[in-house]
Amino acid sequence: MMEIVLSIGIGALAGSGVWLILRPRTFQVIIGLSLLSYAVNLFIVAMGRLRTEAPPVLANRAVGDPTQYADPLPQALVLTAIVIGFATTALFLTVLLASRGLTGTDHVDGQEPEL
Amino acid sequence: MPYESFLIAGLLLPFVGGCVAALLPTNARNAEAWLAGTVALIILALLASAYPRIVDGGVIRFTVEWIPDLGLDLSLRMDGFAWMFSTLITGIGFLVVLYARYYMSPSDPAPRFFSFLLAFMGAMLGIVLSGNLIQLVFFWELTSLFSFLLIGYWHQNAQARDGARIALIITSAGGLCLFAGVLIVGHIVGSYDLDRVLASGEAIRAHRLYVPGLVLVLLGALTKSAQFPFHFWLPQAMAAPTPVSAYLHSATMVKAGVFLLIRLWPAMGGTQEWLWLVGSAGLITFILGAFFAVFQQDLKGLLAYSTISHLGLITLLTGLDTPLGQVAAIFHIMNHATFKASLFMAAGIIDHECGTRDIRRLSGLWRSMPITASLAMVAAAAMAGVPLLNGFLSKEMFFAETIEVHDNSIVDQALPYAVTLASMFTVAYSLRFIRDVFFGPASTELPRTPHEPPFLMRLPAELLVVACLIIGIVPAMTIGPILHAAVRAVLGSTLPKYSLAVWHGFTPELLMSIVAMAGGVAVYFALRPYLLSGIEGPPVLRHINGRRIFERVLVTVSWRFARWLENILGTKRLQTQLQLLAVFALMAGLLPLPVRWAVTDYGSASGFDPVFALLWAVGVSCALGAAYQAKFHRVAALMLLGGAGLVTCISFIWLSAPDLALTQLVVETVTTVLLLLGLRWLPRRIEKISPTERSAGTIRWRRSLDFVIAACAGVGLATLAYVTMVRPAPDSISRFFVENAYTQGGGANIVNVILVDFRGFDTLGEITVLGVVALTVYALLRRFRPAPESIPIPEQQQAQNVYDDRHPDRQKGDTLKDAMATPALMMALLFPVIGVTALFFLLRGHDLPGGGFVAGITMAVAFIVQYMARGTIWVEAHLRVLPVRWMGVGLLMAGGTGIAAWLFSRPFLTSYFSYVETPVIGSIPLASALLFDISVFSLVVGATVLMLIALAHQSMRSHRTPQAREARTREAAPMKPAK
Repeated sequence: MMEIVLSIGIGALAGSGVWLILRPRTFQVIIGLSLLSYAVNLFIVAMGRLRTEAPPVLANRAVGDPTQYADPLPQALVLTAIVIGFATTALFLTVLLASRGLTGTDHVDGQEPEL
Repeated sequence: MPYESFLIAGLLLPFVGGCVAALLPTNARNAEAWLAGTVALIILALLASAYPRIVDGGVIRFTVEWIPDLGLDLSLRMDGFAWMFSTLITGIGFLVVLYARYYMSPSDPAPRFFSFLLAFMGAMLGIVLSGNLIQLVFFWELTSLFSFLLIGYWHQNAQARDGARIALIITSAGGLCLFAGVLIVGHIVGSYDLDRVLASGEAIRAHRLYVPGLVLVLLGALTKSAQFPFHFWLPQAMAAPTPVSAYLHSATMVKAGVFLLIRLWPAMGGTQEWLWLVGSAGLITFILGAFFAVFQQDLKGLLAYSTISHLGLITLLTGLDTPLGQVAAIFHIMNHATFKASLFMAAGIIDHECGTRDIRRLSGLWRSMPITASLAMVAAAAMAGVPLLNGFLSKEMFFAETIEVHDNSIVDQALPYAVTLASMFTVAYSLRFIRDVFFGPASTELPRTPHEPPFLMRLPAELLVVACLIIGIVPAMTIGPILHAAVRAVLGSTLPKYSLAVWHGFTPELLMSIVAMAGGVAVYFALRPYLLSGIEGPPVLRHINGRRIFERVLVTVSWRFARWLENILGTKRLQTQLQLLAVFALMAGLLPLPVRWAVTDYGSASGFDPVFALLWAVGVSCALGAAYQAKFHRVAALMLLGGAGLVTCISFIWLSAPDLALTQLVVETVTTVLLLLGLRWLPRRIEKISPTERSAGTIRWRRSLDFVIAACAGVGLATLAYVTMVRPAPDSISRFFVENAYTQGGGANIVNVILVDFRGFDTLGEITVLGVVALTVYALLRRFRPAPESIPIPEQQQAQNVYDDRHPDRQKGDTLKDAMATPALMMALLFPVIGVTALFFLLRGHDLPGGGFVAGITMAVAFIVQYMARGTIWVEAHLRVLPVRWMGVGLLMAGGTGIAAWLFSRPFLTSYFSYVETPVIGSIPLASALLFDISVFSLVVGATVLMLIALAHQSMRSHRTPQAREARTREAAPMKPAK
């Protein structure tokens, strides 16, 4: 049942993220990207299948048995993804602020839509 | 003698010389000329000493393996043909250098000219010496590039820029075609090695890709040699300085095309396709070029069209597809290079001394410059094919070859008449060059008074003209052996019978020569009235301008078409783009469903855990809440985002990923701080806008659409995640990491070992990206201009200030200080605690959850907390945080750790580990991976702190700005004149 719960969680994060990145205000987009990256990170970890209480830390100093440990590969991928995600968020925030300063608006297109 | 190393030395020398030449002072004409001339002479000497090795079909090879699996080697190969071409390139190169020394004016920047010229020489040598077809294409494109730079040498001149651009587009497009063609040939043969290609003629011709390959190779060769219909770039290239025209656009570069044709003839020639494609291109170019040349009013224009025509002649000879045709082609390449280079030099001298090269203005120069006139006349006579000059000999061979029966079609039968007719025009323009420029009344109104040039400027042309004469009179003794060696290299040991004699008796080809001579004189006098009318270009045909057609096509394709496409397919609106992206991703996700859909219920392995479900109930609410609140309640959205992040973080712990949980937790913290710092600069949100009815409809429609997309994305990803999770995991490469993490990486924490050891190179790339991003953020914020409405101090601070001002015993900022007193104290005390935690994470990372990334961000948090507690000014007065240094040290250390592996003859970033027993702490792992992890730590600290501080500093700056402006106006005020 854990799989269902986690899938729903991933789905909710992704759906909220996609909704937000389609919004017109830069702040919405930045929140949306963060939510989307949670979803994707969880999704990648889930690709290694769910294991509880089996961290990828070898219990004895020897050749490890893959069945005894959580899949380390998605974790290594996600660990770097988290850090890079932080960097892109920072970069996006800076661009967002610069664009707001230059154009006077926080619309993603740099100008208010003609309504 | 080590001839093999001569080859590589000869090839590198011009490039080295070019680099040196670029560094000399701008006005060092003499030094430049000495340098370039010496380089050319050294290579000539090398070539001369290598001559005995190649004379009897010998080949000198030099090969350095690069990527042998892909057939990519540095392969140099010199046979007789390449030797002849190399000698031509360096010999004429030397003369051109000497000439250019006097031609270029002292105000022209000499380093640029001579370095490009030398580099071109190297590139050209690269083409002829290449033993590998890919390498040949590389040098081929290099020549296009240097030709572009040299044509555009006087870049202040619009004509030069246009000419350079056209030449580059045509020749490099041809080069791309050639590249594709070479790939096809390599595919057929299975190797790019020239020797193997030349030996596989049968296989190439029989292959079904022969025709496409041939067409592509020909596109390359014909564009380079300015063959119809690509000929128009060459007249445009005449905007180049004359030494360049003499060297690149008559003697060498344009010959690269025919060089390639002759080179590949044994492999690709001998078919109807070759005969018709190459032959007809050559024939048309030969005739058209000669015809157009007569009507040119510019000396260099005349020579340019004449060059096109002669290149057409050579192409035609190659296209006639007989061994004898190749002999004549090779011979004519040499002859044409000698007389045309000297003619260009003469034209340059005339231009230099008279200030114009317009034939309409020039006249009677015989009187003022008799020596130059004689030189030009001899060379022009050689061009026309007058007996006792070298042009005559190859032309005889050419005529003889056209009389031969090839495929006996109508064109073949008409060929002798057609070429005789074209030769009449050749004679006519040669005659025109001589008569209109040197004879007649002495011209008045020239920009300069014409006189003989300095001796050394004339010398190159003199040497070339002497060569024309000697070859023309005693061909067998002079050029004979060289021609023999070249021909033998192309055709192998079975050589056709040819004779280099001035007199062969009364033959049909002699008759053709005589007819051409007489006809040419007649044509000249018949056309004289038209020519004197001063119109540039032939009647009727001058309106068909190849260049104009080219420009129009270019504009249509690269601009109009692009605009049209952009209008149809493009949008500047980000929302639309993202919508399309999301929909496309959804589609891509659905694509495999019809093919691979199989309903298998594996069932869920785990039971229901109410705590986990509750946790995700919170997580889902946070996500949806953040989505709902992000527009109007940013802080609320930020908190909800943090909630979702924490749920993610706890899930990581749940799912046995302690490293991820740690990293997520600290990253979550700094991201929140970051976004909070940014909030201040965003505009107020007005909740109630009353939109018009129409726009309200649009908005409703757009939102519904977005909602559907978002819902689909969420449901899709959820489904995908579920169906994957319940399936058994395949045996992935994870097994390798689990099994070898300790035995090969020396660490128990597999994730960390992957990051710093197995995939250390990826991590190096990643921290580099992090550093780049941090510097970009810093750079962008240095020029940050806040929106005017965000500049004033925030309301809350204003209220505090008002309160502080009202009380005489308080200073500005006291309220804040009071409010922060207790937290600040706690935060100050926390600094060492967090610091030690960071260190702890760093050191245990290899064996237990932790590592450089999490430690780095933790350390950054320690710094940030101080900023929050005490304010920027206080922290920077007491604590010198130098984030850029941290980053620099990190990157250098990471690179250094990687390079250190080289010292032990291991590949980059190979790690080493062992354990050290210490009395108190116990066994300490000492892995070079730890050093690497420390560099990661250092960089992450630097990058994170740099970004956060840069953002935090903006607040201080904006406070200063209005005050500074006020102060400035106050200062400026007294200086204003009183009214």
